[in-house]
Amino acid sequence: MASVNELYNAQFMEHVQHPDYKYVMEDADRSHEGVNPSCGDDLTLQIKLGDDGRIEEAAFDGHGCAVSMASADIMSDLVIDKTPEEATALCELFMRMVRGEETDDEKLAALDEAAGLKSVSHMPARVKCAELAWRTLQEMLKDEQPSAPSTTE
Amino acid sequence: MSMLSEEQLAQISANPYKGDYPLLVGHPELAFLDSAATAQRPGVVLDAERRFYETMNANPLRGLYQLSVAATEAINQARKHIASFIGADEGREVVFTRNTSESLNLVANSLGRSVLEPGDEVVITIMEHHSNLIPWQQVCKATGATLVYLRCDKEGHLSQEEIEKKIGPKAKIVSVTQVSNVLGVRTPVKQIAQRAHEQGAYVIVDGAQSTPHIKVDVKDLDCDFFAFSAHKLGGPMGIGVLWGKMELLEKIPPFLTGGEMIDSVTEEGAVWAEVPEKFEAGTQDAAGIYATDVALTYLEEHDFAALEKREEELAIYLCEQLQALPWVSVIGPSDPAEHVSAVSFNVDGIHPHDVSSLLDGSNVAIRAGHHCAQPLLTYLGVSSSCRASVAFYNDKKDIDQLVEGLKQVWGIFNGFGQ
Repeated sequence: MASVNELYNAQFMEHVQHPDYKYVMEDADRSHEGVNPSCGDDLTLQIKLGDDGRIEEAAFDGHGCAVSMASADIMSDLVIDKTPEEATALCELFMRMVRGEETDDEKLAALDEAAGLKSVSHMPARVKCAELAWRTLQEMLKDEQPSAPSTTE
Repeated sequence: MSMLSEEQLAQISANPYKGDYPLLVGHPELAFLDSAATAQRPGVVLDAERRFYETMNANPLRGLYQLSVAATEAINQARKHIASFIGADEGREVVFTRNTSESLNLVANSLGRSVLEPGDEVVITIMEHHSNLIPWQQVCKATGATLVYLRCDKEGHLSQEEIEKKIGPKAKIVSVTQVSNVLGVRTPVKQIAQRAHEQGAYVIVDGAQSTPHIKVDVKDLDCDFFAFSAHKLGGPMGIGVLWGKMELLEKIPPFLTGGEMIDSVTEEGAVWAEVPEKFEAGTQDAAGIYATDVALTYLEEHDFAALEKREEELAIYLCEQLQALPWVSVIGPSDPAEHVSAVSFNVDGIHPHDVSSLLDGSNVAIRAGHHCAQPLLTYLGVSSSCRASVAFYNDKKDIDQLVEGLKQVWGIFNGFGQ
């Protein structure tokens, strides 16, 4: 039960209430929707790639629980200036963390602030909330033109 | 101003029941408000499971020796007890399944596929749990029948006009819940059954949420089949009941086939066993059935009518306390007295999953999500909700703990002291 209070800390709530990356990008290079139908979580992720191929800008819009929204905001901040390959690797690492498959804090340090969501691994019902943005990004980067919305269900 | 008197408030503050529940004794910090999902079990039920295996464990029906006879008698005694508990005459009309879902699948497949033809209608309410919805969707697809919904108003009320409009001459089957698992509201089952029978339709009642909390009388309801689960009234998980009128149980084909449900088998075919064994393929959970018998005895020994009254008062207190929070909206009946055990609600601007996760941190257990009734929530225009539900082993303190927990949730999202 301690994991709950650990998760909803002041830093987390700051992302919920004042997200830096929650807006609609006018000139995005790629855009992909992620949904968790049973929760009602629904977000659209957008990125712009720089001339060097790195993610220059990332943003999301939509609605859902605090975990899905804060996770999207934290992720957007993390992947800016990363190459698609680096971002994909971070997505994989994040998902391994929230599923409890990767617990080594030294390895998780690469996730920077997102490592603060580690306690989600003790809240199985919330894993798909935390994963939504990351899975959406991963599928967007995997496929040039992903068609169906991503889901963590 | 509460509907409850000082005396009633004093009664729900006292708790003579909690001590009978090992899990609640072991977790004094816990406010368990999710009995609509599954009830806690009293120690006597847990003891009964063990006693079965220690004193009468043998495969029922099969053997000719004493132990097997004892196991068979235990099952038949449970059938009689369940029949009398729901106002039926005969133990033989009680079929054991795994749960309400399986009971309803049995009726949908055995009755539905026997009587439905293209153009016929199956009528259910928009308030059904998926258990009383998907089996009918499937059977309608297979037979060419049409699924028709009785639609309630925002508070969960079904009008007589709607009943008469939707249950017409094409209706062959009408299957309705007695109490909504989301809104906690009762449906007018008697009026629905009367209209359905006038139109020549069979009537099935999903009693999963009603049987634990209100006195059920299948003859008074005048239904043809009635389904419920033992685990919601203090029995073990994995025991479901389907009661049906004998003439219908005799007429419809079996659902699951195999061992124990036959009279004789040849290379070419089989003759079914008598009702109820015809519907009970394979070895039954005899210990669970025996423990279900004991769970009913526990409810009766504590005076079911008194338990029912206590639950009404707890539900009123729960609903009133939630309504008193300006940032909480109760979904369903605005009259607190209309809630049978369950009250669904939302906290302004906070997703139900966040509410329930944070309440868990305050040792309050509630349900959040779509409650296996997605069409209802879509119809009401909400994507999900929180649901608190009470049983007689709860007390006022549990509900006060929920309210305190909700204030903390609100504070975390909106700033303490604002």
